Amino acid sequence: MSITISQLKRGQSATIKDFDVDNVPLKLLEMGCLPGNTVRMMQSAPFQDPIYLNINDTHLAIRRETAQKIIVDLHG
Amino acid sequence: MVDSINVALIGNPNTGKTSLFNRLTGLNQKVGNYPGITVEKKEGICKLDRGLKAHILDLPGTYSLNSSSLDESIVIETLLNKNDKDYPDVAVVVADVENLKRNLLLFTQIKDLQIPTILAVNMADRMDRKAISLDIELLEKELKTKVVLISSRKNEGIDDLKKAVINFKNYSAEACVDVTTIDQTYFDRLKKTFPDQLVYKLWLVITQDVNFGKIDDQRDLDKVKTKSFEIKSKTELKKMQHRETVLRYQFINNTLNKVLKIDIAKAKDLRSRLDRILIHKVWGYLIFFSILLLIFQAIYDWSGVPMDFIDESFASLSAWVNSILPSGPFTSLLAEGVIPGLGGIVIFIPQIAFLFLFIAILEESGYMSRVVFLMDHIMKKFGLSGKSVVPLVSGTACAIPAVMATRNIEDWKERLITILVVPFTTCSARLPVYLIIVALVIPEGTIAGGFLSYQALTLMGLYLLGFGTAIFSAWVLNKVLPIRRKAFFVMEMPAYKIPLFKNVVITVVEKTKSFVFGAGKIILAISIILWALASYGPGDQFSNAEQIVTEQYADQALSDEELDQRINSHKLEYSFIGYIGKAIEPAVRPLGYDWKIGIAIVSSFAAREVFVGTLATIYSVQGGEEDEATIKERMAAEQNPILGGPVFNFASGISLLLFYAFAMQCMSTLAIVKRETNGWKWPAVQFVGMTIIAYVAALGAYQILD
Repeated sequence: MSITISQLKRGQSATIKDFDVDNVPLKLLEMGCLPGNTVRMMQSAPFQDPIYLNINDTHLAIRRETAQKIIVDLHG
Repeated sequence: MVDSINVALIGNPNTGKTSLFNRLTGLNQKVGNYPGITVEKKEGICKLDRGLKAHILDLPGTYSLNSSSLDESIVIETLLNKNDKDYPDVAVVVADVENLKRNLLLFTQIKDLQIPTILAVNMADRMDRKAISLDIELLEKELKTKVVLISSRKNEGIDDLKKAVINFKNYSAEACVDVTTIDQTYFDRLKKTFPDQLVYKLWLVITQDVNFGKIDDQRDLDKVKTKSFEIKSKTELKKMQHRETVLRYQFINNTLNKVLKIDIAKAKDLRSRLDRILIHKVWGYLIFFSILLLIFQAIYDWSGVPMDFIDESFASLSAWVNSILPSGPFTSLLAEGVIPGLGGIVIFIPQIAFLFLFIAILEESGYMSRVVFLMDHIMKKFGLSGKSVVPLVSGTACAIPAVMATRNIEDWKERLITILVVPFTTCSARLPVYLIIVALVIPEGTIAGGFLSYQALTLMGLYLLGFGTAIFSAWVLNKVLPIRRKAFFVMEMPAYKIPLFKNVVITVVEKTKSFVFGAGKIILAISIILWALASYGPGDQFSNAEQIVTEQYADQALSDEELDQRINSHKLEYSFIGYIGKAIEPAVRPLGYDWKIGIAIVSSFAAREVFVGTLATIYSVQGGEEDEATIKERMAAEQNPILGGPVFNFASGISLLLFYAFAMQCMSTLAIVKRETNGWKWPAVQFVGMTIIAYVAALGAYQILD
């Protein structure tokens, strides 16, 4: 099932499938947010934003609005 | 003859690059600015061998050569300009063993620039614990370079690295990845048009928005930029950059699959467990505010002892100079101008050192990133982001590095707003003023079982006021400024580390030194000018002061001491500075100040910490026989000749505190803002706006409280 990263619940992992080229900063790609890599939702900040992810073994914080632009396949 | 080679340290943030730099250079380093701009540049010298030393340049941390902030563009500029005196003979890419994959992205990019590049895999001491094994030989073969395992924290492998640097000429400068495969026709044409240039370099020039004024072949590159032979749209270029990134990761993944083994069956790491608590929606904030409270308590209470000692030492030094040297203008300059002026700087060393100590520890430990994460949502509402928290927090040390720290904020509007509001946060230069006035007008006493004093709470309140004003102004500016934004927020959450003693000490020593010498020069100069203005005056009232006062009090039986004091007082009133103070008195009287405080305020427009020094100088000149009294005692003893009662009472004290909380009194900050915003417009707006707010707040406070 395809959802966006922002829909992941704490502890869930997913595989990155695709993203909106114009709205995802290149920096995120360089940090390892590329199709095929695994993303895991670690935690959200208070007020649910930003979110704390583990992408490709890098611990990253991004905002929910960016996370909505990245489509993933939920694991298992 | 000692030969010297240029070594550039490059790496992702949080890879221990600074620790390595400190290991290699020790205290043999200096911090400067890049020519033309104000990004911090750290350089140092390391002796490699007999007859060979390395000039080491610590470049700002970056994730790639595709810059999205000014800090990152510095790295590219240095690496692209072969004629720059800092152009490296050899680059050392520092990589964290736990994040090798991501770190190698930057490595492959630098290697593509055909610079000899050594890979230093840092934190090697953690490999056992994390069950990581690495085939160095194979990695060297795949990357076509020298790989060195080091641990900058444990001081291991540093000699191996030095040896590798000495042998830099033996390493291949061959690229790892052929970037032209992402669009063969495009790159073929590029190569044809500029046969003398490195294709990857051209590609960087096309895709980056950096300042190209210094690149070796200016005309060629202008051609690339302007008369581009094949113009690609921004989206197309971005797609190509995406492909480049994917290509590089393919290479890296293939390589690491062969050489790196990680035993995944390891327990949940410390980072996640600590993060559960430190960025928890309740505990997170509670811990953050407790840390802040601890810092203020430390600044206020713990530094009291060394400060009193310094204060009294300078007072007795001044008296001692007066007693052993023959009286005359030189002795007077020394005892009443230079020594009190110097004392006014030296006394704040303990507090400033404490503040830098805490900030250094928070940065080093990785906690600062958690603060960014915790505060992003709140800051977003005010037109800022979590990234503005670091400048705002470091603004509590000094606005100058804080303004510079905005360079990693990608969005211009957000960055401008942060620069404009940073001077509201309570910098260490306000501390002298706050401390002395709080001590004078806020009663001693404690609450909460004796742990918190009223004075410490007032100080905390002033810090919160500064921070609150900063974010409120940001909200207003965000509404008012007609600039479009394209903010995005991507931040790494680094692993927690126990701060390295050596790093913390170097930071504290360097920053304190630059505060003392930077501010010291201004304060000393102003002290001497003030002494001169207070020691000389025009007309008979000044030159015949002795006679006038003696006649005036002839019928009263005054002791010599009392008479001397009246004479000095009279002299000050009719000195040059007395006239200046009187001239501005109408403007400051509604705020509750006399003309002496007026002088101190005007002279402290150069730098806030001058305030205390100025009063010290004025009261020393006036003080007569009481030379051994400290500045604080002198201020407490000042009486208001018109209204009666002490000059520093509750109403005028609060008014002064508020004035100093808001006013833009720092020439150095204005100069930095001018450079960072490329013009006088924003510093002018900042100066006028803040001064108006300060005046109105001080006026309101005095009128209500008096």
